This record gives sequence, structure tokens and C-alpha cells, in this order.
Amino acid sequence: MDVAAVFFYLFSAVTVASGFMVIAARNPVHSVLFLILAFVNSAGLFLLLGAEFLAMILVIVYVGAVAVLFLFVVMMLDVDFAELKQGFLQYLPLGVIIGAIVLVELVAGALTLVPSPLGKPAAPTPGVSNTQALGRVLYTQYLYFFEVAGLVLLVAMIGAIVLTLRHKRGVRRQSVAAQVARTKATSVEVRKVPSRTGV
Amino acid sequence: MYQAIVFLPLLGFLIAGLFGPLFAPRFSEVVTTSLLFVSLVLSFVAFADVGFGGQTAFVPIANWFTSGALKVDWAFRIDTLTVVMLVVVTFVSAFVHLYSIGYMREDAGRPRFFAYLSLFTFAMLMLVTADNLVQLFFGWEGVGLASYLLIGFWYHRPSANAAAIKAFIVNRVGDFGFSLGIFLVFALTNSVSYDTIFAAAPGLANKTMHVFGLSVDAMTMACLLLFMGAMGKSAQFLLHTWLPDAMEGPTPVSALIHAATMVTAGVFMVARLSPLFEQAPAALSVVIVVGATTAFFAATVGLVQNDIKRVVAYSTCSQLGYMFVGLGVGGYGLGIFHLFTHAFFKALLFLGAGSVITAMHHEQDMRKMGGLRKQIPFTFWMMVIGTLSLTGFPFTAGYFSKDAIIEAAYASQRPGAAYGFLCVIVAAALTSFYSWRLVFLTFFDAPHVAGAHDIETQPAEEHDETVHHEPGDHHGEGTHGHGSHEVRESPLVMLIPLAVLAVGAIGAGFAFRHWFVGEGFADFWKGALFSAPTNHIREEMEKVPGLVSLLPSVMMLVGFLVALHMYILQPFAARQLAEQQRLLYRFLLNKWYFDELYDLIFVRPAFWLGRLFWKGGDGRIIDGIGPDGVAARVIDAARGAVRLQTGYVYHYAFAMLIGIAAFITWYLFGGAR
Amino acid sequence: MILTGFALGPILPEFVLAVGALALILMGAFRGERWAWVVTDIAIFFLGAALLLVLRQPSGSVAIFNGAFIDDGFGRFMKVLALAGSIATLLMSGDWLRRERIDLFEYPVLIMLSTVGMLLLISANDLIALYLGLELMSLALYVVAAFHRDNVRASEAGLKYFVLGALSSGMLLYGASLLYGFAGTVSFAGIATAIHGQSSIGVIFGLVFVMAGLAFKLAAVPFHMWTPDVYEGAPTPVTAFFAAAPKMAAMAVTVRIITTAFPGIVGEWRQIIVFIAIASMALGSFAAIGQTNFKRLMAYSSIGHMGFALVGLAAGTAAGVQGVIIYMTIYLAMTLGTFAAILEMRRNGKPVEEIADLAGLSATDPPMALFLAAMMFSLAGVPPLAGLFAKFYVFAAAVDAKLYGLAVIGFMLSVVAAYYYLRIVKIMYFDAPRPAFDKGSLAERAVLAIAAAFIVLFSVFPGGIVDAADAAAKSLF
Repeated sequence: MDVAAVFFYLFSAVTVASGFMVIAARNPVHSVLFLILAFVNSAGLFLLLGAEFLAMILVIVYVGAVAVLFLFVVMMLDVDFAELKQGFLQYLPLGVIIGAIVLVELVAGALTLVPSPLGKPAAPTPGVSNTQALGRVLYTQYLYFFEVAGLVLLVAMIGAIVLTLRHKRGVRRQSVAAQVARTKATSVEVRKVPSRTGV
Repeated sequence: MYQAIVFLPLLGFLIAGLFGPLFAPRFSEVVTTSLLFVSLVLSFVAFADVGFGGQTAFVPIANWFTSGALKVDWAFRIDTLTVVMLVVVTFVSAFVHLYSIGYMREDAGRPRFFAYLSLFTFAMLMLVTADNLVQLFFGWEGVGLASYLLIGFWYHRPSANAAAIKAFIVNRVGDFGFSLGIFLVFALTNSVSYDTIFAAAPGLANKTMHVFGLSVDAMTMACLLLFMGAMGKSAQFLLHTWLPDAMEGPTPVSALIHAATMVTAGVFMVARLSPLFEQAPAALSVVIVVGATTAFFAATVGLVQNDIKRVVAYSTCSQLGYMFVGLGVGGYGLGIFHLFTHAFFKALLFLGAGSVITAMHHEQDMRKMGGLRKQIPFTFWMMVIGTLSLTGFPFTAGYFSKDAIIEAAYASQRPGAAYGFLCVIVAAALTSFYSWRLVFLTFFDAPHVAGAHDIETQPAEEHDETVHHEPGDHHGEGTHGHGSHEVRESPLVMLIPLAVLAVGAIGAGFAFRHWFVGEGFADFWKGALFSAPTNHIREEMEKVPGLVSLLPSVMMLVGFLVALHMYILQPFAARQLAEQQRLLYRFLLNKWYFDELYDLIFVRPAFWLGRLFWKGGDGRIIDGIGPDGVAARVIDAARGAVRLQTGYVYHYAFAMLIGIAAFITWYLFGGAR
Repeated sequence: MILTGFALGPILPEFVLAVGALALILMGAFRGERWAWVVTDIAIFFLGAALLLVLRQPSGSVAIFNGAFIDDGFGRFMKVLALAGSIATLLMSGDWLRRERIDLFEYPVLIMLSTVGMLLLISANDLIALYLGLELMSLALYVVAAFHRDNVRASEAGLKYFVLGALSSGMLLYGASLLYGFAGTVSFAGIATAIHGQSSIGVIFGLVFVMAGLAFKLAAVPFHMWTPDVYEGAPTPVTAFFAAAPKMAAMAVTVRIITTAFPGIVGEWRQIIVFIAIASMALGSFAAIGQTNFKRLMAYSSIGHMGFALVGLAAGTAAGVQGVIIYMTIYLAMTLGTFAAILEMRRNGKPVEEIADLAGLSATDPPMALFLAAMMFSLAGVPPLAGLFAKFYVFAAAVDAKLYGLAVIGFMLSVVAAYYYLRIVKIMYFDAPRPAFDKGSLAERAVLAIAAAFIVLFSVFPGGIVDAADAAAKSLF
């Protein structure tokens, strides 16, 4: 068993364990912190596979942005998670049974994959870094997927705006057009102020 | 041209149905009626072309659907049989449209009415021009639908709704057999197209098939099933109960659908499928027996009915029986000829009855009429002409067609023909009696006052079906101020159709006898009606003794004289007879108790069965499992399925996971291979 | 790598639609809410243009983007259906949204983008394209479900749909990675080659998870739970949209992946499909009986109809796929017609949704009652309307494939289902009239009338569509 294998099992075990803790933790803040731990460990797994770019992206985007956003939301909203989790125990036995069944079966299924995977991962091109390789195909070979993913994100953006943006009346807003259209005549008033009398 | 004949009424239906409510009712009336007259003119051209010019045609329209061996096309088969039917249908329909303009003039639903009439006409034309069994079935169901809509035209009247539903259900029974027949024919010949079926028919004679362990003759089986459909549509014995009730519809509808066209669809179908029936002699015997029984049965019931329309309705039933006897003995031309002449005089009688009803302000009970001869002379004479023709007065239309059937029944050697002859010859006398009774009660005698015919009134009251008021009078009396019951002749637009039909009722027989059944038979039909080589009915008819030929006329005279005696000369004779033969009278008045019988055999057990499942099981059988019997099981299943719908997202998610787990488990341990 | 042979032709309709949507966002953003109706009209125009472009595509099959996107007869047929569904929805939506004061310009844009997702989904020829198309379609659907954001029920519907949809997407992705892990390729054809003749538990698991994700979009049992709640809660035009266009895309991609990626293991996938079909038909038939809300009833109805359509797929033959296509065509017409009628159900400016509100409609609005009755009869499969043909073709295919049990069960369940459709007819024609509805908009009435005309005319001249469906089905085999 070489070092890579040791780390693989380490990262995997921690990922699974922290994944479990995400749903098991009582304090929602702890849940998010466990989530971050799971992300970091996953990034470690990517590193082991030689996908450095993905590993870094995972850390930057998920740990750096997404999870932190989660933390903010959790801390800002006063959600009573204890109340939400009521009834959790009620379903726990059934959930555990179903989960265990699926787990066992998936493991059994996965084991059948081990002896004969039909596909092989593409061999890395010598002299080209991971990032470069991605860059070469992302806008060429996979342009189609890239563009569609862009549309998906656009829809997400429109959705977020349309569901949350509210135009409140009485709020002062910046009107660029009005600002640009201002002339000296409309904005500056020249007054002759007589001295010593005040305005 | 043939497309135009068939589709112009459809066009009329669409225009009147879609745009009718937007304009004055006059718009719908004019559009549908004029389109039908165009169709009528074209039909005459077609009749001349095909009947006398000999241009049998096949007009493909489009492929309908194809599924494996089953290939169904939209196409017209234009031969002599078709054009005869085209003329009958468009002729009667056109004049009924015209007549309805007058008859329905006070009804608010006129656009709807004319749309339905045109829809019916379209479906009927589709039926008669069909080139295959499926298209025939399409038209068959189409006329059924239109008939249902028209019987229930006054849908706010419960009795009209009930009658419509009854017609629908009874016809379902026949249609069930009919569709089974179509399936069987398809199974035997692998086709539904007439050409293929007819070509294959001779080869299928004496072929046996096995049903429930019995060996039966395949052709006989198929023909009997098909005939079952004809029995339903043509109101033959056992499936006749819907026709009298269908009189709930407006009278022009009765004339068009329940006298001249739709009810003859069964006759048409048997004639059209004559190549099949010729291979199944046993089935033809059944046709004779059923037809003859109907002819006799309906005539007896007609003797005592008091509703003017019901008398004519039973008469229709009876005459349809004649047609089937004609078909059954192998004389397909005879059946169609009677269909042809019957269309004229029966439509005339119905429209005449409608004219009487209008004149009487929608009174249909004959006991309340009388002496109308003076007040509505034109209608009176028209009714007399119709009656003469119906009873077979020499040289009127009915004389040629009906007497020919009676002769043929005498001449035929087929099993059952003797019974048929007996029935139809007695029925001829009965026909004459009830027809003249109608005329005498309605037009002669002093106007009846209530109670003049107590004995006839009394039993009728026990059966609350005799007196009807068509709702027209609700508008009529109030707004038009003729509540004084002054009797007045109908408007011209109603009288013209009567006159035209009367010409047909007198002359149609004499004019066309030569072609339909006489020496011109072969030239005219050109094989549209098939006769097997063993079918010698036409030769046999020529050998009928002169006395037999005279017999129908004698019977007619007897019937007339008895009616004259009982209703004019000795007005109390009828009452006395009814008093003496009270049991028989009640039996006939109640239509042989068929409605009651069916109620007992089918309706009550159905309700009882329902109660058994639903209520009876409540306390005992199913109580252990659940509260309310079978019906409630379904509702419980529904409720159970709904109860799963808790509204909680995690329940839903859980259901999805369970689904996944179940699938995986299934594949791991049970499923895959 | 240079973009040699970069052919835009096959994807032109989607391209036009996507660019149109982008342009409309800009237009809406600059012009503000009062231009919502203009945006709607232009969106309809773009959808119509896309429809024309689809119809004008050259025949034959072309795959582009390294086989990720395929344009073939089957795809074109289903695209026409999806586009027709979107156009009809947009036509009917305007009045309703305006009356509820939620006529934002984002609505047509989201519908357009969702439609782009559907078209891409229909043309998806590998797992990544499938997933992206599905997400593009669904994400927009989640948003429009909650579009009535001040309405608690609509918000709840949107949230439920989103959460469960995310779960189903997760399942789909999991299945896709299993398939990729086994076959070493994401392309459908590649998967078919890889598993040719040999199946393993891994592939089956992948198949199960992928089917779960797709069945969720189809609303097939047991992945249907969201349907009644979302249908009831979402704004009615949105519900009409849910019931029509996305179903076309989801069914198309299900048919495509089954027939092109798993032709070698018919015995395996058939078990899933048969189970899902029977369960959906049964649930759709029974659960609908107790419903009082028309929209909820239509939710169960659509579950049942997806079950019937899947009967054709279970046959796994060209005839079966032809049956599915015909079924979906007729289902589309019936659904749009029925929802047009539901949109017309309005009293004193307020929408009403209870079935009891239809009582005596034949007296107050005979044409609407007649059209709606035609829809109900057709949904119930009463001859001779189109619904009967739909069931006929799928059952005939099932019988040909020797799935007698499935056909018999389906037939019996269709009888059960007929009960609640006919109950609506009974309520309309025989119950004591309620006050008349407000006058419906022209578009609603037009959609209803056209749908009614379609189901009637189909029974008279089914030839053209049946032949086209036949050709479309053959393009997959």
C-alpha cells in the first residue's frame, strides 16, 4: 500500500464522516463547518487524481464563496433548526434501513465495476498542465456544453432577481440618464447674495 | 359530385353549429335547407347516372388509418343501392328541413336543431356511401349520436332525456353485436373492405369455427351478429322498445330519423351485405322470423295506442318487419323497394301527424281530437293518401312493395317463410285497421270531449305515457294569443313537403316497380344486390296463385271495414270490445308488457346487483375489509393515494428514495435475467 | 484545436431562440414592465420562427458538436410538439397574468429559455448534453412555478418543485456517472456499444438512477409526488405549461436514451418501464377520483397519461415509439384544450378552480361546455375521438411485443380513469347551473376550439400524423 492509497482512504473517510456530521450536527453553524471540511477533503481527492485545477477551484469557489455565503445566511437568519428537526427521530429508523439497503446494494454494485471498467481515463498529455488542457478544450471541443451552462446560469440569475427584487416606492434611486442630461442651467443657480444680510 | 352530396350537409352543420347563434335563426334555416336541396338535386343526377346510365363508381377520399393488416380508407362506393339510398335520404331530409322551418317556428333552439338535422343527414349519407365496414360503423354511430341529440332536443324535459338515454342504451346492445360481427368478418377475411369481403365470402361458406367448445358455421355466426346490430338500429322485436319512446323528439325528427332513414339502416346493411347473408341460409331464416314477429307484434300494439305519433311509430316498427321478411326470403330488391316507398308514405304520415299536432296546439292524444276533417282539409287529404299507401290500396306505392313481400313470403321455400307469410298477412289486416282508426278518430266524429271514451281513457291513465305536450305550446299560448284552441291549417312551408311526399306515396311504386323488382331488375341493380345461384325467389314469385296475390287487398279491405264499423258506424263497438276483452286490451295497450319485462329482467337485477355490491356487502361480506362495498373500495384506493400526498417535502423525497431502493433491490435479487 | 466544420445549421432553431431570449432580456430591462406584453408578443414570434425553422430542417440525421447534439426525424417531431405547447401557453398566459398583476417581462423570457432547454434536451445525444438541457429547462420551470411570489401557495409550489427537482437531478447525475464509469464514454451510441450483449449490475444501477431523474420530470410514479401540489399551487398558465411542453421533452429524451443507449438490454429496462407505467396508470386513475380541484385532477390525469404513453415505450419497438409519439401529440392537444378551459373559469374577475364550479355549464356557455366535453371524452378514450387512437396505438404495440398483461391492465385502468372524466361531463350537463363565468379571452377560446377541432379531425384524418410519427420513430432504429 503506497502513500497515495493511504491518503485516498484518509480523505475519503473524512469526507464521508463530515458529510454525515453535516446532517447530524445540532448547531447549524457546525453543519456548515463540516460541509467546508468535506469540500476540502474532496479537493484532496482531486489532487490525488492529478486534477489540480479542479482541486483549486473547489477550494476557491465552494470553500471560499459558497460555504461562506451559507455561513452568513445561517447566522443571519434566526432559523430554529431544533424545531425543524422535530420528527427527525420519528423517521430515523426507516431512513436508516432504507439508507443501509441502498448503501449495501450500491457497494455491491460498485464492486462489480472493479474488475473490468470498460473505459480508461484519457492519458495526460505530456508537457501540458491540467489548466492548459482544460483551457484548450473548454472553448473548442466542449463549446456547446460551455454555452448551455452559461444559459443555465443566466436563468438562475434571472430567477433570483425576479423572485426577490422588489421595487419599493419612496426609495431614492440613481438615474444615470437624468444625471447625464443635467445642464448647467438646470443644476446651478447663481444668486447675487448681498453682503452682511444673509440669505 | 359525390363528395358534394355527402359533405354539403356537413358544411351546413358546421355553419349552423358554429355561426348559427350569431345570426338570426333564419340564417341557419336557410343555409342548411338550401344546402340540402343542392345535395338532393345532385343525388337525382347520381341516381340517373348510376341507376340508368350504369356508371358504378368508386370514389376514394383518403386513407383513414392503417394498423398491420387492418387498412381502412375513406371512400365512397357508388352503386345502385347507394344512389337509391342517397335519393331517399336527401329527399326526405330536404323536405323535413323545409317542413321544420314551419314546425319549429316558435322554438328558440332552431340553429341547434337545424345543425343537428344536417349532422344526422351527413352521418346517414356516410353510412350509405361507405366502402368498408368501419366506415359503415362510423356512419352507424354517427346517426346514433345525432338521433340521441335530437330525441333529447328538448333536454329540459325529463321524459325526453330518458327516451334519449333509452335509445342510446338499447342501440348499444345491438352495436355490441354489430361490432363483434365486424371483428369476426375481419378475422375471417383479414379485411374490412367490401370488395375483399364479398370476393372472399363464397369461399367461406360452410366454414366452421369453435366458440366455447361448440362448432358453429362461421358465416352464420357473423351474419347473426351483424343482424343483431340491424335489430337494434331498425327496432326489431326484442330491441324495439326504444322506438316508441323516441317519439319524444320533435315530430320532423320522427319523420326523418325514426321513419324514413335511420331505422332503415339495418335493412340497408343487410341488403348491402347480401353476399355474406346469401352464404348463411340459417341466418336468413332468423331474419324472416324476427322480421315477421316484429311486423305482427308491432301491428297488434298499434291497434290500441292513443297517442297519434305512437300509432305511426308502431306502424313503422311493423313495416320494418316487412322489409326484413323481404330480405330474409332472399328478395333483397323487395326489401329495398319497400324501404323506398315506405320512406315516402311514412314521412308523409309523420309530417301529417305533425301538422295535426300543430293545428291542435301540440296535443297528441287522439281521443281529444275528432272532426278535424273540416278544419284542416288539406292535412286530412294528405293523411288519407298516406294511409291508403300504407295499407296497400291498389296502385299506390305501398301496394306494389308490400304485396310483393307478402307474395314472396308465400312463394319462398326457406324455413320460417311459412310463419313469415302467416304473420305478415295478418299484420296487413291489422295495419289497415289501426291506420283507419287513426284517420277516423282524428278527422271524423264530433270533437271528442273528455270522458267520451271512458273505457279507453281509464287504463291509459294508469300509464302516464300517453299524453304529451310538446313545449312549443308554452311559448305559443302566451305570446300568440291563440289559447282559444282554434284549430287552424298549418303554414304553407309545412304543407308543401306534405304535397311532394304525397306524390311520392302515390306514384313511387308504380314508377319504379319495373326497375326495383320487375324485369328491369338486373339492368338496374347491376349486381349491387347479390343473389346466390340457389336463390330462385324471383322465379318462384311468378308462380304464386292469383288468389294469394289478391289476399293482401282483401285483408286491407277487412281491416278498413272493421275500423269503419267500430269507429264510424257504431261508435260504441270499440268500447264494448275493449270492455269484454279487458285482459287482451291491457296486454296490447301495455305493448305486451315489454318495458315491464325488461325492467324485471335487466334493470332491476342491475340495480339489485348494484345494491348487493354496494349496500348488501356493507354489513356482511366486505365489512371486515372496509366499510362500503366495491364502489367504496375504489374510493378508498383513491383516498389512500391521496393520503400519501401529505404536502411535506421530506415525505416526497423519501418516497423517491424508497422507489430507487425498491428498483435496485429488485434488480439485485429478483429481476435482471 | 480549430473549429473546422463548425456547422450551425442543425442547431439553428435553438440558436435563434436563445439569442432572441437574450435580446428580450435587454429589451425588458431597458423598457421596463409596461412593455411586458410587447416582450410576450415578440417571444411568441421567436417561438413561431423556431417552429418554422424546425419544420424546414433538412430530413435525415445530423450529429454535431462531437455527437453531443443530434438533429433527426424523431427530434424534429418532438420539438414541434414542445414549441407548439410553449406557443399556446404564452398565447393563453397574457390575460391571466395581467389580471393577477404578475405580467412581468421575465415570464416570456423564462418560458423561452425553458423551451430552449427542451429543444436541447430533445436533441441530447450524450449524458452531458442531457443533463445540461434538463437543468436549463427545469431551472426556468422552478422559477415560473413560484412566479406569483406574493402568493403563498405559488411560493410553496416553487420551493417544493425546486428541492425535489434538485434531488432528482442529483440522482440523475449519480446514475450518469455510474454509466460513464462503466462504459467509459458519455455518448449514447458509445454506451450502447460498450454494453453490447453484456450487462452488469453497475449499468443497471446507473440506468435506475437515470430513469429516476427522468421519471421525475415525466411525473411518473413513484417520482410523481410533487405533481399535484405544484400543479395546484402554481399560477394556472404555468400549470398548463408544466403539463404540456416539458412532458414532450422529458418523454422524448427518455425514449431516445432507452432506444439508442440501451437497445442491448431490453429485458432489463423493460422491467422498470413496465412497473412505472402500471404504477402511473393506476395512481392516475384512482387518485383522481377523489379530487375536487380541477387543476389537481389534471395533475393526476397527466400522471396517468404518462403511464399510458410509457406502455408504448415498454414495447421497445419502432411501432411502440410511434405509439408514444402519437400519444404525446394527442395528449398535448387535449391538455392545452383543457387548460384553456380552466383558464376561462373565472367569476367576477377571480379565477375559480373547483370542478363543482363547472356545474350546468351547458346552460350558461354551451360552446365551452361542448368543447370541454369533447376534451373529457377524448381524455377518457371514448370513441371516436383522438384519445381512443392514442391508446389504440400504444396498446397495439404492447400486444405486438407480447406484453399482454400490461395491455390488459392498461385497458382496465383506462376504464377506471374514464369515470372521473365522464363525471365532469355529467356535472357540466346535468347539474343545476351556477352563475356564468366571465367572458374568456379570445386566445383562450381559440386554443380550446383548435384543440377540439384537432381531436375531432384526428379521428377522421389521422393518416398524416400517423405516417409522420412512423417516419419519426424509424429514425431512432
